[in-house]
Amino acid sequence: MKIDPIHQFNIEPLFTLGHIGNHTIAFTNSSLYMLIAVLLIALLMLASGRELVPGRLQSVAEISYEFIASTIRGNAGAEGMKFFPLVFSIFMFLCVSNLVGVIPYTFTIASHLIVTFAMALMVFLTVLIYGIYKNGLKFFKIFIPSGIPIYILPLVMFIEILSFFLRPVSHSVRLFANMLAGHIALKVFAGFVAMLGFSLGALGWVGGSLPLALTIALYALEILVAFLQAYVFAILTVIYLNDAIHPGH
Amino acid sequence: MAESHGEAKGQNPGAHTEADGGGHGGTFPPFDSSNFASQLVSLAIAFVALYLIVSRIALPRVGGTIDARQNKIEGDLAEAQKLKDQSDAALKAYESELAAARSRAQAIGNETREKLNAASDAERKALEEKLAGKLADAEKQIATTRANAMSNVRGIAADAAGAIVQQLAGVTPDANAVNSAVDASLKG
Repeated sequence: MKIDPIHQFNIEPLFTLGHIGNHTIAFTNSSLYMLIAVLLIALLMLASGRELVPGRLQSVAEISYEFIASTIRGNAGAEGMKFFPLVFSIFMFLCVSNLVGVIPYTFTIASHLIVTFAMALMVFLTVLIYGIYKNGLKFFKIFIPSGIPIYILPLVMFIEILSFFLRPVSHSVRLFANMLAGHIALKVFAGFVAMLGFSLGALGWVGGSLPLALTIALYALEILVAFLQAYVFAILTVIYLNDAIHPGH
Repeated sequence: MAESHGEAKGQNPGAHTEADGGGHGGTFPPFDSSNFASQLVSLAIAFVALYLIVSRIALPRVGGTIDARQNKIEGDLAEAQKLKDQSDAALKAYESELAAARSRAQAIGNETREKLNAASDAERKALEEKLAGKLADAEKQIATTRANAMSNVRGIAADAAGAIVQQLAGVTPDANAVNSAVDASLKG
């Protein structure tokens, strides 16, 4: 039994949609899971009831709503609610797709850097464009922390500017690397179980129980990570948006 | 608006990376640039669709439900407060009415008691006067009776004195002299 922990990240075109320049645009398994995530979110948010006393599905929808709303209010103030649909979409898209991705034999959208980077860049550009549109040149005050002695200000400014422009990188790599590494680790440990069980007979079954236990523990951890990384991505989005709304801080 | 930036700009890094790493064929899938364009297009479509669903339908719907519940709860609480205020007011009115009734009852009691006292006083006074009158009458009667008795006593004494004098002296004394002598001895 060959362990191939990378196979799960393969992009397989299901059918071709068209061409842009010399790129072939295909409907891939990734596209399928994006669609599944969107449909699941739509189902959760739209098919749940509107009762005064919510049922389970409605509670989940309302908890998601309140969760993101309170995160935004807490980190970016009431003005941040402008970006509620954006942050909510980001969080739900990542959370649902990550949780779907933990199910065996499925595909994890966020395990591809290009996807997370595109989302991080979207956030970065939203912050940059809205920040300049809203505050004009005052937006660049985010590079000048207050209370810094003048002689180290250039250095601090340099670091601030660098970190600002590296945000999309750190923002996207964090999510991508977590999902990728978690899934690889899970696959490797699960592979050990099968490898030991098939190759060593009865002894293998005993030996395989250790990686099995580890796989179960890792699986639980991956479920947590799937949610947590979506949340981290969303809360960083809110923090970055807060810079655009209140650049003085 | 926000996604359209992402959609538009999000494709650029893909294009760049593809240009950079075009030579790698069967590489690590996440770094295989040949499928970047497909992923970016599907991500843009999926995310824009999601954003539209979320911002146009889902969030207003769920937010509306939450607001409606909040309003309902606040309305119910306000109504409960109103009812409580009403019952408090009713209780207060009841208590004040009770106090008024009590004081009125007390006033009526006092009035009645005074009236009764006055009546009984008057009755007692009348009775006392009557008794005093009777007493005076009785005393008067006693006095007349006594006076009569005394005058009888005088007559008896005068007769007795006259008889004694006749027996002793053999002369019939003068009635006037006997009378004056009896009067003198009665006085002494």
